[in-house]
Amino acid sequence: MQTTQQTKERIIVPGPAGFHPPSAAQLGVTLPDPGTGLWYGHHEGEETVMEEIARVMLTSPNATIFPGPMVLWAWNEHAVEKAKTVLEIAAQIPDVLIIPMPDYRPKYPKIDAEEVINPNHPNLTIWGNKIEACIFIGVHCHYANLTLKMIRAGTNCCTSALCAEQGHEDAMLTVRDCSAEKLRHFAEVVKRVRENMGIKLPENGENVRFTGTQSKVHAGKSHTNPVDFMPTAAGLAGAAAFGHRAEHMQSEG
Amino acid sequence: MSESLETEVKTNPQGDPITSVAAPKPAAADVKKDPHAEAKKQRIVTPEHLFMDATRNREFITGSEAAKEAVRRSNVDFAVAYPITPQSETMQLIGVLYGEGYVKEYYRGEEEYGVMSAIAGASRAGVRCFTATAGPGTLRGIEPIASWPGHRLPAVIMFTCRVVNAPLAIQPDNIEISYLLNCGLILFHAENQQDMFDFIMKAFIISEKNDVTLPVGVACDGFFVTHARGYVHMQDRGMKLPPREAWRGAVPVLDAENPPARLSRDAPVQKSNFMAYNIHAVWQQEVWAAVERSRKYINQYMGGLCTAENTEDADAVLIAAGSAVAQSREAIRICADKGIKVGLIKVRSLRPFPTQELRQLCAKTKLIVIPEFNYVGWLAKEVAASIYGHSKAKIIAGPHVYGGQSMPVELIVDEVESGLTGKKSTNVALSQIMGTADTTDPAAMAHFMRSI
Repeated sequence: MQTTQQTKERIIVPGPAGFHPPSAAQLGVTLPDPGTGLWYGHHEGEETVMEEIARVMLTSPNATIFPGPMVLWAWNEHAVEKAKTVLEIAAQIPDVLIIPMPDYRPKYPKIDAEEVINPNHPNLTIWGNKIEACIFIGVHCHYANLTLKMIRAGTNCCTSALCAEQGHEDAMLTVRDCSAEKLRHFAEVVKRVRENMGIKLPENGENVRFTGTQSKVHAGKSHTNPVDFMPTAAGLAGAAAFGHRAEHMQSEG
Repeated sequence: MSESLETEVKTNPQGDPITSVAAPKPAAADVKKDPHAEAKKQRIVTPEHLFMDATRNREFITGSEAAKEAVRRSNVDFAVAYPITPQSETMQLIGVLYGEGYVKEYYRGEEEYGVMSAIAGASRAGVRCFTATAGPGTLRGIEPIASWPGHRLPAVIMFTCRVVNAPLAIQPDNIEISYLLNCGLILFHAENQQDMFDFIMKAFIISEKNDVTLPVGVACDGFFVTHARGYVHMQDRGMKLPPREAWRGAVPVLDAENPPARLSRDAPVQKSNFMAYNIHAVWQQEVWAAVERSRKYINQYMGGLCTAENTEDADAVLIAAGSAVAQSREAIRICADKGIKVGLIKVRSLRPFPTQELRQLCAKTKLIVIPEFNYVGWLAKEVAASIYGHSKAKIIAGPHVYGGQSMPVELIVDEVESGLTGKKSTNVALSQIMGTADTTDPAAMAHFMRSI
């Protein structure tokens, strides 16, 4: 009998997986080879994984992009280029949130979970914003792995990781070797999937939803157009003064 | 700076050059002009070329010299020394490399805690690091060593194993490996001088892979490997590995140019009142996940976590690591003379451990004998735990020698013969024998696990 349901048993799925579930590596999940990604714990073609990330981000409540330090700060031209692609991806997802992970230090005595995410207690941000789908990008692999494990353990969020290196087993969906070019392609995939699903963007282009503080500093606006925030060369000059050059992190992000 | 560091060519009775001094003799004028001249001429090649393709020449050298030659070709930035027998010569030779310009920074630490802490700082700053220690030095340094994996610090440390227990002794005994197994390090065990040479170079590359980003320990049995000579096939010393690309690590390097530089990575993480307990739990999971990820690189560069010889249809299989492998080879030859077919599994990687490989290799084995150079039988415990439920083999955790004893191969042969015939062994306690050829007895297994 034909079925439209995926019959492949999924290994890494949205949680809560439990008080302290085994890591994906303990469950036998291995990182994908070049040209492939991870689809709920299975190696799959990269395009298939990208399409699934798009579908999940377009259909889940409070979908959020979590940019990490490698795309938040203008270390060099490469980082700036990748930051632009993050905004291009955001521009394709209606009502998406952008919540930064600016660094990896635990926020104490208390994190503002609505405004930032931190690898030491990422579940607070997921719970606080009721996020059911997210994309991590520009986070160093160790901290991304900690974050993904904690989210899988304690929340019902479907996690995706767009990684410049080998990908992440504990993400439900991951694509590896993400160059700026590949990220631009992913933005196109999101656009294609969105159009196929008949989901429209607001006519004024203001599709990114502000968090509380973001709204306050933008005169109470609820949404914005991410393209208006494209980084300029000015920020890069500051980083360059410290000696950061593109070759220092040419594939990071 | 030293000069004329290695100019005299010595040979063994067969006429083979016996030290790395076999390298081309630099012109005296060149040495005086620039002691780093030869080092500066080294060219960077890919790990794949250096490990697999490059032509090798044979030399007859000690394990310490093999380590030195590996470091010479590994583009090492930083090495710290603190003497302890039988490691002292190794790090002294690394000092020679420093004099020759092959290692960029080198000094003698205060003691092992300081050495291992210095390695932590240097690795965190993004440079390629090497050190070596032994026995009591390993245990003195084990607190910082055990913190390296959690901080995701790539580095290579060589353990030239010796006795650690009182009464004080400097003799061979690899008990210290049992303390290292659960630190989160990747841990290799070298059989001989050739392994020492190859494992160290490959350890640097595996250690620095982004998805691994962990320290690697390369252990050998002191004196048997460090002080004895063996044939080592080495690539031309004019080649070296690519430098560490710290920006590709799983964690950011310490940025000393942008204050405030924090020497302790995310210090508040170490204060549980500021964090969820969960974070430390997943942190440990992540360290061991990284150990798991190293498997594919060990397979790629080292040809597997273990090697097997003649295990199919063998009457018995010896499983060994380190110098016990060399003794096992001779025991197998004697057994063959007696008409007993014995296979050999050499365990190269202790962490990660070749669990799946052993389950496959031992699925039909009837008798396993595990000779070791320590009292506790850590390898037998590892093997028994790995293959439990996957093999019906009778396992003999022995023979064991320790405290500096050598291992007469007759002890191994005796265990093979007694294991096959069922006659009581005179060398291994009955409590260290698990299972029978036909069935696995849970009670016997439990007794075995309690006793070894």
